[in-house]
Amino acid sequence: MDSLWPALEPLLDEVQRPARYIGGEEGACPAPHGPGKVAWLLCYPDSYEVGLPNQGLQILYEILNERPDAVAERAYAPWGDLEALLRREGLPLFSVDTHRAAGDFDVLAFNLSSELVYTNVLNLIDLAGAPVRAADRAEGDLLVAAGGHCAFNPEPLADFVDFFVLGDGEEAVGEITEALAAHRAGGRREVLGALGALDGVYVPAAYEVSFAGASMTVAPRWPEAPETVHKRTISSLGDWPYPKRQLVPLTEVVHDRLNVEVFRGCTRGCRFCQAGMITRPVRERPGAQVRTMIEEGLRRTGYDEVALTSLSTADFSGIEQLVADVVGPADGAGGAGCPAVTVSLPSLRVDAFTVGLAAELQRARRTGLTFAPEAGSWRLRQVVNKLISSEDLEAAVEAAYSQGWRRVKLYFLVGLPTETDEDVLGIAGLARRCVELGRRHVRGASVTVSVGGFVPKPQTPFQWFGQNTVAELRRKLALLAEDLRGDRSVKLRWHDPEATLVEGLASRGDRRLGAVIEDVWRRGGTFQEWSEHFDCDLWLDAMARRGLSVEDYAYRHRSEAETLPWDHLSAGLHKDFLWQDWQDALAASGLEDCRWTPCYDCGACTGYGIEHVVASASPPAGGSQGTGHAPPVPVRLGAGRELAGVS
Amino acid sequence: MRVRLCWTKQGRIRFCGHRDSARIWERAVRRADLPVSYTQGYTPRAKIAFGLALAVGQESVAEYLDVDLRLSQEEAAGLAADLPERLSAVLPEGMAVSGARPLKPGAASLQEAVTSCTWEFALGPADRGLASDWVGRVQSAESLPLERERKGRRTVSDVRTAVGGLRLADSRSGSVLVAELGTKPRAVRPAEFLRLTVPPLAAGRIRRLHQWIMRDGERYEPLAPPAGVLAPTGGAPAAAGCRAVPAAQPEVCAE
Repeated sequence: MDSLWPALEPLLDEVQRPARYIGGEEGACPAPHGPGKVAWLLCYPDSYEVGLPNQGLQILYEILNERPDAVAERAYAPWGDLEALLRREGLPLFSVDTHRAAGDFDVLAFNLSSELVYTNVLNLIDLAGAPVRAADRAEGDLLVAAGGHCAFNPEPLADFVDFFVLGDGEEAVGEITEALAAHRAGGRREVLGALGALDGVYVPAAYEVSFAGASMTVAPRWPEAPETVHKRTISSLGDWPYPKRQLVPLTEVVHDRLNVEVFRGCTRGCRFCQAGMITRPVRERPGAQVRTMIEEGLRRTGYDEVALTSLSTADFSGIEQLVADVVGPADGAGGAGCPAVTVSLPSLRVDAFTVGLAAELQRARRTGLTFAPEAGSWRLRQVVNKLISSEDLEAAVEAAYSQGWRRVKLYFLVGLPTETDEDVLGIAGLARRCVELGRRHVRGASVTVSVGGFVPKPQTPFQWFGQNTVAELRRKLALLAEDLRGDRSVKLRWHDPEATLVEGLASRGDRRLGAVIEDVWRRGGTFQEWSEHFDCDLWLDAMARRGLSVEDYAYRHRSEAETLPWDHLSAGLHKDFLWQDWQDALAASGLEDCRWTPCYDCGACTGYGIEHVVASASPPAGGSQGTGHAPPVPVRLGAGRELAGVS
Repeated sequence: MRVRLCWTKQGRIRFCGHRDSARIWERAVRRADLPVSYTQGYTPRAKIAFGLALAVGQESVAEYLDVDLRLSQEEAAGLAADLPERLSAVLPEGMAVSGARPLKPGAASLQEAVTSCTWEFALGPADRGLASDWVGRVQSAESLPLERERKGRRTVSDVRTAVGGLRLADSRSGSVLVAELGTKPRAVRPAEFLRLTVPPLAAGRIRRLHQWIMRDGERYEPLAPPAGVLAPTGGAPAAAGCRAVPAAQPEVCAE
């Protein structure tokens, strides 16, 4: 169990940005290895800059290292230049904490947050020195695990991963550690059998998946494997104040700031949003704990920016007061000439964004403000259940401009169900309207419109929808670009439609897609999330070689009777609830947030005997709150703080 | 009140670049709760002026920076004695503060003042003979033309007068070459120095040992009183300054 550092160090003189391989971050806390301990190598299958800030991985890293029976270290995908040197020198994937070889660990566990990292997962298993296919691994080889949002349809990676964890990992990692320690003497099959019997753990090898024409059947092969694997859900976020020691990198990474998760789960019910569906119910962190975590975190890390993370942070009970408290007293923010702490709210609902909140935020350094109307017309927003009216959006955008922002970013999806060209052009109309409102307050007001192609996700009401073709997405984007041509105050950006297609293939793929992923990896297709490395032809050629149809996987509408590849895995949502919600979507009928209205029995709470944990019994101030109607008293814009939150 | 710090960067942290170091410093002064002055405007930044950049992969026992504190001269002088310990405690492994002194108002910035740096180049056990020949060729050369490219334009300048103090010495892992390279009007970089004659000299780890301010025929380190720092007053410990190392004495690699 020697450190590979002496062999790695000379290589680092030859690679770009070597600081990402040295470890030593403030907060790094690997426990000592020892006999009897279960050693986890937690791996983010993309570059260090993208992977280090991942909060899920950091939470599990701390929880495992606090246990007397476990040790956890971290690894990230080495960039191509270092990978080439490692392979030339016969060196394996290593941890950045103590530079141990991956093979010195018991478990190699991946966080899967995007489908485009799947080929990197294969590459990293290979670089770790284990056979890429789970079936080829022998006693003594690594156990390969994966969790994260993509684990809710793990089938495309079923051939390569020994076990998946569905849902919150806080409790599950402890149980897995104990099962591993208790059963490892019995060999690989016994270990996997014991893991598969744990709640929330899915062992693909324990299930027989067979295909006959267009139909698919799944059946347990092992007696201990349950018919359906249910996700894990922690009932109280307050019991898990992690990360307690967020890692502070020594080199620049994305989201380089303190992150404090203020709640998990979201019941706004946006039908395209997998994260909102699979993380229900809403569990708010107690306000006092949020304040402590921010205060201690800032002091410990030296950061001057904190992001309050969740799927819709403006919905947090008492958000306005919380932001005011963090930014500091109004006179001499931060005290004695010290600049105020910057607060960023990464996911903002426009109907919960008020002048008051804008006023609090602008007292510190202004970060970018992004609002996500998602669709260009009220009709289509009802289809996707993003129930914000044009008035809501205008009020939020005007609140931002009135408080000094010069540019706001608007995020939209194209390729949504029932979308017409009129809906697409509605995006341009909204953007222009926002610029017009901005000009009342600031000179040079501008809007950045960012457009993503819609990928239907498993465990959502849109899981039956056949996604738009690459050609159709291109046509719609061209339509939008043409409409906005010459308008210098609206900047249009879009996601590559070919990448949208590949995400779609993997998102709802079945076990047969594993061969495609392996094929793409063997032909050098790694780092597919990076536009300079993404290669759509690799995927299309691999599909063709395996006799699989792109039409069938991505563009085809599914029927109610069809068995979906993830039907034996449950995120808590009843399939009939999702189907009914899909029918409501097609009828352009919206559904209000169940946090503040009666239960629709989606299954997420009742199935697990848990409830929403929300400090406030009423929705946040401002906006129509999903009713589609104007608020009782209009929000007064351009006014001072004393009018904050009037609605 | 401006305070000048001397700090070190050794070990793995040498792979962090100049920008990374700057970010580490900005967080360190906040973690140490120093009363730092900030720039005005939309994006306030701590007023920290870094000296000559150190390339990624190079070590140093002689880095300097000037930081503006919201303190009187007396307060700054009192605080300076505590700074090495207070800041070293919040810096990552491999970075430490070795000295701190308040600067006189109007003292020249590090970028302006520093005229040369002493560098140490690690050589393999077998390279001593080659290096000896190489040093001989550099020392006997009448001119040392250096071709450099900047903004797409190639220039050749003779850097003979910017290169001096060459000396070979034994170290634990082989030997080291020590050289003093000028920084005016343009710094001769360590990597440029190694290719001043053909064939170039192959060296391992590079470490900055000193930065020098030459004025009126005498040279000082940036924490010496002639550089504009205030001498310790009252009972301030002598250790407040950077440890003085005679220029001609090569440092032995402390692995």
